[in-house]
Amino acid sequence: MLQIRELVASVEGKQILKGLNLDIKPGEVHAIMGPNGAGKSTLGNVLTGREGYEVESGEILFNGEDVLALDIEERARAGLFLAFQYPVEIPGVSNMEFLKAAVDARRKHMKQEELSSFDFMKMAREASAKVSLDAAFLKRGVNEGFSGGEKKRNEILQMMMLEPSLCVLDETDSGLDIDALQVVADGVNAMRNSERSFIVVTHYQRLLDYIVPDYVHVLAGGRIVKSGDKELARELEAKGYGWLEGEVA
Amino acid sequence: MAANEFQQHALSVANSLPAGAAFAERRAAAAERFASYSWPDRKTEAWKYTSLRSLQSLTEANFADQVKDVTLPEAVTAVDSYRLVFVDGVFQAELSDVLPEVVCRFSTANAEQKAFIDEKLGAVLAGQAESERNLFSYLNEAWLHEGILLHVPRGQSLDKPLYLVYVSTSDSENETLAQQRLLVWLEKNSSANVIEHYLGQSTATGETSSVSGAKADDKVTSLTSGITEIHVGQNAQLHHTRLNLEDEEHTHVGGVHLALSRDSVANCFALGEGGRLKRIDYHVSHNGTGAEFNMHGAYLARNKQLIDYHTCIEHREPHCTSLEVMRGIVGDKAKAVFNGRIHIHQDAQKTLAELHNRNLLTSNGAEVDTKPELEIYADDVRCAHGATVSQLDETALYYLQSRGIEAAEARMLLSYGFVNEVLEQLPYAPLLESLQRRLRARFIDEARSSGEEKSAGEPA
Repeated sequence: MLQIRELVASVEGKQILKGLNLDIKPGEVHAIMGPNGAGKSTLGNVLTGREGYEVESGEILFNGEDVLALDIEERARAGLFLAFQYPVEIPGVSNMEFLKAAVDARRKHMKQEELSSFDFMKMAREASAKVSLDAAFLKRGVNEGFSGGEKKRNEILQMMMLEPSLCVLDETDSGLDIDALQVVADGVNAMRNSERSFIVVTHYQRLLDYIVPDYVHVLAGGRIVKSGDKELARELEAKGYGWLEGEVA
Repeated sequence: MAANEFQQHALSVANSLPAGAAFAERRAAAAERFASYSWPDRKTEAWKYTSLRSLQSLTEANFADQVKDVTLPEAVTAVDSYRLVFVDGVFQAELSDVLPEVVCRFSTANAEQKAFIDEKLGAVLAGQAESERNLFSYLNEAWLHEGILLHVPRGQSLDKPLYLVYVSTSDSENETLAQQRLLVWLEKNSSANVIEHYLGQSTATGETSSVSGAKADDKVTSLTSGITEIHVGQNAQLHHTRLNLEDEEHTHVGGVHLALSRDSVANCFALGEGGRLKRIDYHVSHNGTGAEFNMHGAYLARNKQLIDYHTCIEHREPHCTSLEVMRGIVGDKAKAVFNGRIHIHQDAQKTLAELHNRNLLTSNGAEVDTKPELEIYADDVRCAHGATVSQLDETALYYLQSRGIEAAEARMLLSYGFVNEVLEQLPYAPLLESLQRRLRARFIDEARSSGEEKSAGEPA
C-alpha cells in the first residue's frame, strides 16, 4: 500500500525528516509516536503534498504510484486522507457544500456518477450521526465555531464520506476528552477492514487503547528509531522517550 | 461656467425637461448648484481614487422614451412584495403590482401626497453637511421628473417589502441616462422593508453577462443616478436592501441617505457588482438618542470595473450604535474604493461604532483603496475599526485540496465563502439563492483564469 524509502524532507531550509523508512500493507494500522519536534506532523504534510514541505531525497510509493509527482488534490483522490491536527475554519462555506465538493471530486476520479442531492444528504446525515455530530453542523460554516472535539469529529466524518484507502490521523486525540476520544476511535474502528490502512500519529499511548495498532514506531530525530507491536506503546508511556535518545544518535 | 463636456451635456438634458411641469423650480435651483461645481479630478478628495473619465463618452445619451421588452428573472418575481419596475428610467405598469395606499409614484400622487413630497423631498439630504454632499446629488435633482414615495403612517407596518426593480437595457445604439428617486418616510413606531434592485438587461433576459470581459473595451452606454432618502421616525424600524448589479457597460452614481430618529433601527444591506463605474454614497445621521444602524455589504469588481462605496456616519446624539461590515473581492484589472467615515460629535457620548472592511485581491492587476476615517469629539465612546487587504488563505486552500477538491474550485469556494458570510444577512430567500448561484459561477470562472495565470507564470 505505502512504501516510504529513505525520505529526507525539510521545512524552510531545516531538515526535519532524515531518512525515514516505512512499509504499510493493506489493512494494517501503524502508530507513530515520538517526542515533540520529532517530525510527526511533517510526515503527514509531506504525504499530502503541502506547500513548503520540501522533499530532498527518497521516495514515496502509494499503491505503486509515485506520490511525489502528484498534486495535493490528486493524492487525495487517489485515496490518501489526512485528518488534520488543527482543522481549518472556513466561514461562509457550509460543511455540506464542502463535503459535496470533496465527495464529487472523489467519485469523479473513481468514474462513478455524481450523487443526487438526496442521496448525498442521506449519506451525510448518517455519517454525522455515527460521529455524534448533530445534523445542524452540516449547515454551519466548515468548522466555524466548532469546539476542538467537534472539529476532530468533523475530520472523521469527512474520512467516512470519502472512504480513503490510507488514513493518516495527525494527533487526532490531542485536546479530546474521553467521550470524544471514544467517538473518534469508534469511527475509525468501524472503518477498519482488510483493504484500508491507517497511520495513527500520536504523542500519547491513551489513543492506542481505543485504536489498537498492529505496529508501533518511534519517530525521533527525523527517523524511525524503534519499531514494535502495541506493547512498545505501553513501554513508552511508562518510560518516556528519553531512553531512546541513545538510539537516535 | 461648467467646463466639462459631460457636465454641460447633463445640464442641457436637465434644461430639456418641460419648464412648466412639476419640480421645475427645484430642477432649476439644483442645475445651478450642479453647474457651480468644478468637475472632480484626482485632487478632489472625495474622488481621489475614482475617475469619472468613463462618463465622457455619454455626451449623446439621453432619457429613454421608448423601452425594450424585458422579462424579469424568476428570483425577482419570486419575492413576495409590492413590486414597481422601471426600465431605463421609465415606469412599466404591466410588470408592476397594484400599490398599497402608502406608496405612490410622484407623477400619480394625490394632493396630500404631492404636498408631502413638496415638503419632505430633499429634507434628509439637506440635513447633511454641505462638505459631505457631492455634485451628483444635485444632478439627480436637476433631472428630477419622477420618483417613488413610501410614507408609512404612525404605528403601521408595511406587510410586504416594497421592491423597486430598475432595469437598464442600454447599448451602444441606445445610450441612456436615467434618474431614479425614492423617498421613504417612516412615522413614529412604524416599520417597512424596502428593496432597490438595479440590474442590467443580461440578468433580466437571462443572457450570460459579458463574463470574460468580451465587451470590456467597449465604452459605457448609460448612467443611472439613483438617490434614496429615508427618514426613520422615532422607534420605527427599517430594513433597506440595495443591490447594484449592473452590466459591464453601465455606470451608476447614487446614494442612500438616512436620518435616524430616537430609538429607531435601520438595517441596511448593500451589494455592488459589475459596471464600469459605480459610486454609491451612504450617509447616515443619528439624530436622536438610542438610534441603531447596521449595515452589511459586499462589492465585487472584475474586468475593468470600478466600484466605490463611500459611507459616512454622523453620530450626533448619545447612546447610539453603528455597525458596518463591508467586504470586497477585486479581480482582473478592476479597482475598488472604500471610504468609511465615522464622525462622532461632541454630544454623542456612549456611542458604540464599529467598522470592518476586508478585501480580497484575486489577481495581481487588481487594486483596492480602503480608508477608515474617524473623527471623534466625544470622550466616552467605543469605536472599533479595521480595514484589511489580503489574498486567499493558503492554509484553507490546502485543507480543501487535501480533500480532493481541484485548486480552481477550492479558490472559488474560498472567495464565495468570504462574500457569502456577509450575503447571508440578506433576508429574501429567492434573491439570496440566485445571488449565491451567480457568485459561484463567477468565482469558478475567476478561479480558473487565475489558476491559468498562475501556472502560465511558472516554468513548465
